Amino acid sequence: MFDSLLIANRGEIACRIIRTARRLGIRTIAVYSDADTEALHVALADEARRIGEAPAAESYLRGERILAAASAAGAEAIHPGYGFLAENADFAEACRAAGFAFVGAPAPAIRAMGVKDRAKAIMEAAGVPVVPGYHGADQDDATLARAARDIGYPVLIKAVAGGGGKGMRIVARPEALAEAVRGARREARAAFADEGLLIEAYLPRPRHVEVQVFADAHGNVVHLFERDCSLQRRYQKVIEEAPAPGLDAGLRRRLGAAAIEAARAIAYEGAGTVEFLVDANAAAEAGDGGAFYFMEMNTRLQVEHPVTEMITGLDLVEWQLRVAAGERLPLGQDEIVAGGHAFEARLYAENPARDFLPAAGVLHHVRFPAETAHLRVETGVRAGDAIGIDYDPLIAKLVVWDDDRAAALRRLRKALAKVQIVGPVTNAAFLSAISAHPAFAAGDIDTGFIARHRDALIVGPGRVPPRHLAFACLHILLRREDEAREQARQSADPCSPWHRTDGWRLNDDNHHVLTFRDGDALVEAIVHYRDGGWLLELPGTGAPVVARGQCDATGELLADIDGVRLRATVIRVGEAITVFSDGSGHTLAVEDPAARAELREPAPGSLRAAMPGRIVAVQVAAGDRVGRGETLVVLEAMKMEHAITAPSDGTVAAVPFAPGDQVEDGAVLVVLASDAETP
Amino acid sequence: MTALVADLRAQVGAIKQGGGERARAKHLERGRLPARERVRRLLDVGSPFLELSQLAAHGMYGGEVPGAGIVTGIGRIAGAECMVIANDPTVKGGTYYPLTVKKHLRAQEIAFENNLPCIYLVESGGANLPHQDEVFPDRDHFGRIFYNQANMSAAGVPQIAVVHGSCTAGGAYVPAMSDENIIVRQQGTIFLGGPPLVKAATGEVVSAEDLGGAEVHARVSGVSDHYAMDDGHALAIARRIVANLNRVKPARLSLREPREPIYDADEIYGIVGTDLRKPYDVREVIARIVDGSAFDEFKQLYGATLVCAFAHIFGYPVGIVANNGILFSDSALKGTQFVELCCQRGTPLIFLQNITGFMVGAKAEAGGIAKDGAKMVTAVACARVPKLTVLIGGSFGAGNYSMCGRAYQPRFLWMWPNARISVMGGEQAAGVLATVRRDGLEARGEAWPEADEAAFRRPILEQYESQGHPYYASARLWDDGIIDPAETRMVLGLGISAALNAPFAETRFGVFRM
Repeated sequence: MFDSLLIANRGEIACRIIRTARRLGIRTIAVYSDADTEALHVALADEARRIGEAPAAESYLRGERILAAASAAGAEAIHPGYGFLAENADFAEACRAAGFAFVGAPAPAIRAMGVKDRAKAIMEAAGVPVVPGYHGADQDDATLARAARDIGYPVLIKAVAGGGGKGMRIVARPEALAEAVRGARREARAAFADEGLLIEAYLPRPRHVEVQVFADAHGNVVHLFERDCSLQRRYQKVIEEAPAPGLDAGLRRRLGAAAIEAARAIAYEGAGTVEFLVDANAAAEAGDGGAFYFMEMNTRLQVEHPVTEMITGLDLVEWQLRVAAGERLPLGQDEIVAGGHAFEARLYAENPARDFLPAAGVLHHVRFPAETAHLRVETGVRAGDAIGIDYDPLIAKLVVWDDDRAAALRRLRKALAKVQIVGPVTNAAFLSAISAHPAFAAGDIDTGFIARHRDALIVGPGRVPPRHLAFACLHILLRREDEAREQARQSADPCSPWHRTDGWRLNDDNHHVLTFRDGDALVEAIVHYRDGGWLLELPGTGAPVVARGQCDATGELLADIDGVRLRATVIRVGEAITVFSDGSGHTLAVEDPAARAELREPAPGSLRAAMPGRIVAVQVAAGDRVGRGETLVVLEAMKMEHAITAPSDGTVAAVPFAPGDQVEDGAVLVVLASDAETP
Repeated sequence: MTALVADLRAQVGAIKQGGGERARAKHLERGRLPARERVRRLLDVGSPFLELSQLAAHGMYGGEVPGAGIVTGIGRIAGAECMVIANDPTVKGGTYYPLTVKKHLRAQEIAFENNLPCIYLVESGGANLPHQDEVFPDRDHFGRIFYNQANMSAAGVPQIAVVHGSCTAGGAYVPAMSDENIIVRQQGTIFLGGPPLVKAATGEVVSAEDLGGAEVHARVSGVSDHYAMDDGHALAIARRIVANLNRVKPARLSLREPREPIYDADEIYGIVGTDLRKPYDVREVIARIVDGSAFDEFKQLYGATLVCAFAHIFGYPVGIVANNGILFSDSALKGTQFVELCCQRGTPLIFLQNITGFMVGAKAEAGGIAKDGAKMVTAVACARVPKLTVLIGGSFGAGNYSMCGRAYQPRFLWMWPNARISVMGGEQAAGVLATVRRDGLEARGEAWPEADEAAFRRPILEQYESQGHPYYASARLWDDGIIDPAETRMVLGLGISAALNAPFAETRFGVFRM
């Protein structure tokens, strides 16, 4: 085994690898970009070395800098984690050439699986089933019809150059083929100037099932059972589980065997994952446990590897290190047993309601449930860290295990209910909604699950629940007391009754109105001062409630509302106040008349950034005439470009930013004097 | 007493409604905040508000000018005690009746004496024209407001105005004479002559907004310093201005950890009662006001009708001078020495006034009660430590003077609802007048039947009862407000603390007649 390991990655996976390495007595060397100088993985490692600027292309993707760091630090091995350089064959080769052990797949295997078509061909040759299809150059109508018949209906027609659903047709019967082909060609030509089509078997409700494999340099190959990763959105996994629910035992065996075949076919070493599409319908019809098709092989450790660890009780990173060190696999296939059921939920900074648009910003408050034998929390951030725009917006992975799926799912729900994030918008509520969905509980899952149940899974925050509102009021009032106490302490007149915060009035009762913004709505709570507490009149509730409580510096609120003792966490960041209670978080904005006035009066015609990002192009200057729809500025956020276009004809009044500038969410990017508004 | 307090709260509750439902609804409809809501939003959340002259103009002007159309009081803004003066435009358009002027000037006087920043929340039609002779010409009339602003500013007492509505003619000087002001757009206006006057004078037709709105004054004329979107925004700006005043409140007293009195303040109701002739030991009252109910009496065995004691209220050292009967020579001398001690030591003075007067009669006069009373009056008049007076019972004649009545410029003066104030008691006045008349009649040899005398005395008694009543007194601003006896400790604590904002001047006594 090595004495030292450089981890060429960041975030939760870097922390995860450091943990195992430390347990094995290996000195750990982290690398970091300028964005990560204070990151958790840097803090955890024995040593950390800067490798460049914040953009990944300037740091975590710069193989030569990582090798230089490894040399300087005297590392023996390099673990690439996942993403970045994990599946970069050149880097794997460079590591080995420079004398470092590369904790990953052999370069030829990476290359073989790197090109999807070639990977399929290799697997087909090795006898691993692939999705039946026709990818030929001959586009003659008769050829296509013959191909469709051979594949078997229903079939899916796609544009070769395609994407975004353009030129895509599902054809159920042979009679409909000719018409569908004509339409698909027309669309493909219009969209891509290429009318080439391909035909594949159409799987109406496919499941994504993958098998974890491990191979050593001594010719041993085993599988560590499967994971079901059907829950996806935008081709990204959301919740994974092991074992795959409801999978026929025969199919499970055949999947494992096929995965081992696949690994052998490319002389694999280390950890790998063979991804299959499993046709749930065919499973029912065929009676042989169902059909499955090779999709691709990931020649690295997967994000979701912990679910496999939970059901097998093994440490896959340890196995990776042993294999990379030339050791034999610690266990043979017969010795690997799975038990119970595990889930992983990926907590992202992203907005499900805006098509999962990635979010960025400082994590002002981060709280996860405590880790137990049943629960792992894999994270690379802590409160105060920022989710930047340069990297994946993953905040944490919650991994749960229990004896069976129902029990594990209950644990997942409970764990998600305890997640508290204040900062960028997250998918926490979305994950909770999935974990609480009856169809998910029934194991009725496929890759269309999220799209199909979208309306039930992505719901707006709704109106603030009265209890949350009461906690928000209580927090403000208690904090006001703290502030007054502190003010008194610092005062030369510390005992003055003027420090009181009970709203004392001469010959009169007094009340205070706390005004919040709840989404678009204004919410007013009327606070009557009472001895030792407050009487709260909350909108939409009947009788006022008597509230009192204590709140510590971390935001832990112990409240007494009408004699009922309740706990909540309340976090205030600027004007935003987030209340976590009963497993749900709700954010309100404390109405600030000054801030509101500023917001209400943007220069007319201001076009704002919809998310934080970087200006990549400025195509107009102040004074330019522009037409409706014309692109003015291009904003890059999370690797996607967003064009800011003119909503109407007009004259550009101001362009405050230049290319390369970072902008905050809501920043005014262009001020346009619209012709329509000019009197 | 409980009934008196309940009635007081009911009166204040009615006054709080301002100019009535219709005026209030119209005001709110225009997107404006009521005067008291403006005050609330200006103050720190949960800040006490020591309102002044709540019953101003009570029962006057046909009962149509509750609170004299203005809200004044001390509250905390950004941790600093400030004087807030807010027009209530729902009351006669916020115009200044004679008592509105008096209330405004009294608030300024308190601010000046105690070095409290002044925040004017302005929305007023200016002087009430039908009452112009009682509002405009004299020294303590409308013009004095601006005189005070100039002199307070000169003395470093910040002057800040928020223009919520119209500030016309003389009213224009409130923001203009302020150190900083804020104007609310499409709501606040400032001009020396309003549109009707302009049209009459020059024929020019111009809207109020174009003549003196926020756009004009914040962008063009420079009359305003800050442009606010609405009332709430304006008040937020005012809070920021106060937060930037760079004020330091120094420690002027040797403080102790405050302790609540051992005895319940509500018991004062039963101890004092409402019959001024019923005697009680004023120490029972003191014990329900001061920290830990503890006080150290000075000259306990001498001049027993005046209780002089050192005590603490909210940790502040105070010297208490409280009547426990009629004033004799010895009690006057004791009081004089005690006031001298407090001035020497820089200890604030609290006067608990319940006095029918100095002893009269040949023996007293021969004993020099006049010169001993004069000594006490001299000491009280010249004392420059903060003086706070509470009328807890009768306040009659020269007793009022020696116990720091209104003329002796206490920083604050409050009345309990059972108190009475007049040059002498109604009985005594009726008696004196009846004796004079009877003497006159008898000198002319005429008889005066008993029934006639009773008829003669009745209106005098009635006049004294009505004019000596706290509501009558408070309506005319002979005091700073009527307080619930159980709140005396709180009110005094707030008052003393507010007084600490200003340095204590050196006391120099006049000649004591020996």
